[in-house]
Amino acid sequence: MTGIVVVGGGQAGASLVAKLREVGYSGRLTLICGERVPPYQRPPLSKAYLKGDMDRERLFLRPESFYASQDIDLRLGDWVTEIDPAARLLKVGGETLAYSQLALTTGSVPRRLPALIGGSLGGVYVIRGLADIDAMAPEFVAGRRLLIVGGGYIGLEAAAVAASLGLEVTLIEAAPRILQRVAAPETSDYFRALHAAHGVRLLEGTSLDRLLGSGTVRAAALSDGRELETDFVLVGVGVSPATGLAEAAGLAIDNGIRTDEQGRTSDPAIWAAGDCASFPHKGTRIRLESVGHAIDHAECVAANMIGVDRAYIATPWFWSDQYDVKLQIAGLNTGYDRVVERSGESLSTSIWYYKGDQLLAVDAVNDPRAYMVAKRIIEAGHTVDPQLVQDPDTDLRHLLAIAAAPDTSAAAS
Amino acid sequence: MVAITYIEHNGTRHTVDVVVGKTVMEGARDNGIPGIEADCGGAFACSTCHVYVDPAWVDLLPAKEAMEEDMLDFAYEPDPVRSRLTCQVKVTDGLKGLVVQMPEKQI
Repeated sequence: MTGIVVVGGGQAGASLVAKLREVGYSGRLTLICGERVPPYQRPPLSKAYLKGDMDRERLFLRPESFYASQDIDLRLGDWVTEIDPAARLLKVGGETLAYSQLALTTGSVPRRLPALIGGSLGGVYVIRGLADIDAMAPEFVAGRRLLIVGGGYIGLEAAAVAASLGLEVTLIEAAPRILQRVAAPETSDYFRALHAAHGVRLLEGTSLDRLLGSGTVRAAALSDGRELETDFVLVGVGVSPATGLAEAAGLAIDNGIRTDEQGRTSDPAIWAAGDCASFPHKGTRIRLESVGHAIDHAECVAANMIGVDRAYIATPWFWSDQYDVKLQIAGLNTGYDRVVERSGESLSTSIWYYKGDQLLAVDAVNDPRAYMVAKRIIEAGHTVDPQLVQDPDTDLRHLLAIAAAPDTSAAAS
Repeated sequence: MVAITYIEHNGTRHTVDVVVGKTVMEGARDNGIPGIEADCGGAFACSTCHVYVDPAWVDLLPAKEAMEEDMLDFAYEPDPVRSRLTCQVKVTDGLKGLVVQMPEKQI
């Protein structure tokens, strides 16, 4: 009678409860969301929603009525403060709730700048939740000066929105190049040129010493010694998995909440999925921050919670929208040792990442056909000759037809 | 509101009212109709909201953009005439009675 409780109302939590009903779980089901809005899509927060092109209600993953219709107890604005795994109880909003099984879909939290260097000044924002965007929206007025700290996808997407709205945008990246952590130099080069063409000032290899101002941020002292005046600041320096609750409950933590192949944590009655969880992947342990993973992982865990016993196999994919450019990424490029570029028409191109003969990942820029073909090849565990990829005369359909499992005998020699 | 009929691959029919201005994908999502996954939420970044439009309706829908053609090219068993990505089809009064059918799977 105690039922399943899911903690965290992001993409993973919403997918998990919907899937539980779909696979026939008919017991009690509770989804606890810290925010006061039903689960919503996060990707548009740094894109269409930030730009003002998308209504708030349109962000919702499901209408609020969906949860009632599925007999899901949706608790909004409630934070779980403690889990007692031995007693299978949790504390939420001053109440104690029992569970038979628990799923943690607590997501991740944005890294902030330390208060010591001005991180808590007014006018300094992170991009993670609806409330963050609603708070910064009045700042997005043409002609104002914006400093973005961090040249990852979030920072670059925000830069694109701000530049499109006529703001004067400077973006600083501490690493030698933007997207260094996630992409090859070829991809960085493409987006550097794109932003430069839209008037964004990109300062790579430049870090922030401190933000200056009394009460509200006024300027930034940069590592190259210059002081840059600014009206407001966006911080996009990555996220950390939200593991506090799990850690306090004594669950194993290993770059996120440690789960096994099925998504089970170190406690047999507690599961975890999405951004907050690390899981075994091709002989290592990884954690992914993406919508596609949040959905697939959560759905796999939902099935396993009712006893399906299925190992999760990640098929990573991502996307980013900047100006009128769409980047679609298939696979994970971790460990690549070379790339080949396949240039398409006008602004389209694709960067293919290899480790030895094995295709690992593709960044497809305004080239959905390359993305779709690569995704299918990678997910099948196949590969394709990089020389053929590079040759613009090779038809993508042909690549898909000839893709095959890598020649392991050659790789071993 | 406009009535749209979604037919699952197994033949199950769902006829629901969808608000004008939303997309055919959102109509399925908001009504909990299985078979249209729309993993990217309508950002035109995946191809998991693929359907086959009833032949009677094909010519009544706005034409596909090049990007949609490209995405559909490598979707699961696309039909060159009937396949559409439902996130790209806005619901208008003219679509009253639209019938779409879901593929066996979304990729």
